[in-house]
Amino acid sequence: MNLHEYQAKAVFKSYGLPVSTGRVAESPEEAIKAAEEIGELTGESSWVIKVQVHAGGRGKAGGVKLASSLDEIREFASHWLGKRLVTIQTGEDGQPVDKVYIESLTDIDRELYLGAVIDRAERRIVFMASTEGGVEIEKVAAETPERILKTSIDPVVGAQAWQGRDLAFRLGLEGGQVREFASLFVNLARLFEDSDCSLVEINPLVVTRAGKVHCLDAKMSVDDNALFRQKALAAEADESQDDPREAEAARHGLNYVALSGNIGCMVNGAGLAMGTMDLVKLHGGEPANFLDVGGGATRETVAEAFKIILADDSVRAVLINIFGGIVSCRVIADGIIGAVKDVGVRVPVVVRFEGNHADQGRAALAESGLNIIAAASLGEAAEKAVAGAGSAA
Amino acid sequence: MSILIDNNTRVLCQGFTGSQATLHSEQAIAYGTNLIGGVTPGKGGTEHLSRPVFNTVREAVSQTRADASVIYVPAPFCKDSILEATEAGIQLIICITEGIPTLDMLRIKMAVDASGARLIGPNCPGVITPRECKIGIMPGDIHLPGKVGIVSRSGTLTYEAVKQTTDFGFGQSTCVGIGGDPIAGSSFIDILALFEADPCTEAIVMVGEIGGTAEEEAAAYIASHVTKPVISYIAGVTAPAGKRMGHAGAIVSGGSGSAEDKFAALEAAGITTVRSLTDIGRAIQERIGLTNDRIATI
Repeated sequence: MNLHEYQAKAVFKSYGLPVSTGRVAESPEEAIKAAEEIGELTGESSWVIKVQVHAGGRGKAGGVKLASSLDEIREFASHWLGKRLVTIQTGEDGQPVDKVYIESLTDIDRELYLGAVIDRAERRIVFMASTEGGVEIEKVAAETPERILKTSIDPVVGAQAWQGRDLAFRLGLEGGQVREFASLFVNLARLFEDSDCSLVEINPLVVTRAGKVHCLDAKMSVDDNALFRQKALAAEADESQDDPREAEAARHGLNYVALSGNIGCMVNGAGLAMGTMDLVKLHGGEPANFLDVGGGATRETVAEAFKIILADDSVRAVLINIFGGIVSCRVIADGIIGAVKDVGVRVPVVVRFEGNHADQGRAALAESGLNIIAAASLGEAAEKAVAGAGSAA
Repeated sequence: MSILIDNNTRVLCQGFTGSQATLHSEQAIAYGTNLIGGVTPGKGGTEHLSRPVFNTVREAVSQTRADASVIYVPAPFCKDSILEATEAGIQLIICITEGIPTLDMLRIKMAVDASGARLIGPNCPGVITPRECKIGIMPGDIHLPGKVGIVSRSGTLTYEAVKQTTDFGFGQSTCVGIGGDPIAGSSFIDILALFEADPCTEAIVMVGEIGGTAEEEAAAYIASHVTKPVISYIAGVTAPAGKRMGHAGAIVSGGSGSAEDKFAALEAAGITTVRSLTDIGRAIQERIGLTNDRIATI
């Protein structure tokens, strides 16, 4: 689960990390009021205003502006609120802008990078720091890997100040900045563990003209598996930033990811769902989605899965691939029959059943009298789905 | 012969009286697994599925000499259960549960490694040695005793590989689901080493998927340490970058973890790869030939 910048900065602030004075706004009027409040606190009349979306690359896409008058604040907020921002990290439709964040302006001397992820190979939280801040860190890692400094956190003893000092000296920080950075590093590591993060990123982390270390941006992703114990953070979830079909699927316990092809896929098991998509591609088709109905599929979840797949107008055929382990093919068959009757399916539906009660499932589909194409093998199912999509297109 | 488990394995079930554990324990018992009892705190002294229930793993081990444990408890309690099992001296812990927080797994993995125990999973179908011992949620009847070792990050993809090795008559020595999470108790390499040392395993099927670099590390290991034929399939060629494809571990991120990278690493290491999921059986046949002699004796 991703947090918006303004949400992450509130968490940062509670850990004593240096962030700017900021306010979030949902209308141009609120934005003006926020800017006035910040002005009163700082005594200054210039601000940064940024759209709040779950994607990086906002600056280049026009979603960040330095404003030196309230008119500029109003203009920016009026322009963006209710629109969608397209950046290099979003799809072509972009992300909806429902909030803008207004902050006091920071005079920048140097831009650095600091981030933390869970390194799977090392099985540690690993911090990365770089003198190349404010740019795409993936690009820095690919082109000049020697400019990425790393240090990993021992799960037993946690982050130590010396690690922060070591990074600080290697980043060329000096004087009081070294202690500030070390403290920021230890606190950020504590935040990462306390909040069950999968990623934390400050890009850029700046040194101000006054020589202070300061978090100009803040990105936090929380481990979905830990949301049961991160209730405060879970409550901050902004579903508007998710694909609406993915969010709807999640409500029914389904894993769905929209893709750009025309063959809808319904599969049990995440690995098999990917394998089925790949098979569609190998047979010359393009999958419209990834969909895992899971091991606990019922008639109802299958019906919901059907509705979600068919809500995508580009779907020209549906391929259902079930290898019944826990889940019974008979249950899936009932779900398919019910959904086809309910929803009214106008595209070919190809079904491959294997495993638990596969024979009963096939028989139920055959007896239903519905136009459902049975496939004897997975290869045949992929072929028939691709052929069906071709003829329906 | 097999790896990890056989008909002498004395299996304990943690979270024994829960609904999932009950369903799968019933099937395991019917399959012939030597399931000697279970643990549900507060229900010690009772019976469940005609087996004794204990309050703690330590108590269960001292009274039953259990040497393997299967865990079905809900994700928030898995860290506790796994650490309780290691502390009680269980040498093989198989965790089926999906959804354990990654930071819990970092600490679990450290503790399990320090104790010398072996953890399989989490978020996995379990381990089966056909007709001897089934620990987990896989359908027993698709398996056939035989000579192919299967190791996989995905449950239902394992079943596809099992079905093909059964249909071709090769059968399986042991099938191990290492799970789809970013941090797994056992890696491909851990299991490959066991298959390499197992005289009954003549070929190995390794089923991987996008995300992380476990397949690349396995490729390097196979090139230098595995003499047996390895056939590998990787799921997720069509998966878009940055999206979680069901499994928490299945995300292509920052240009690494893609299926193409993994295929390339495997092929560079001389491993037989199949691009189509349906070609696993045929690829084994091409590597080791079709022999039904073992099957005739079963």
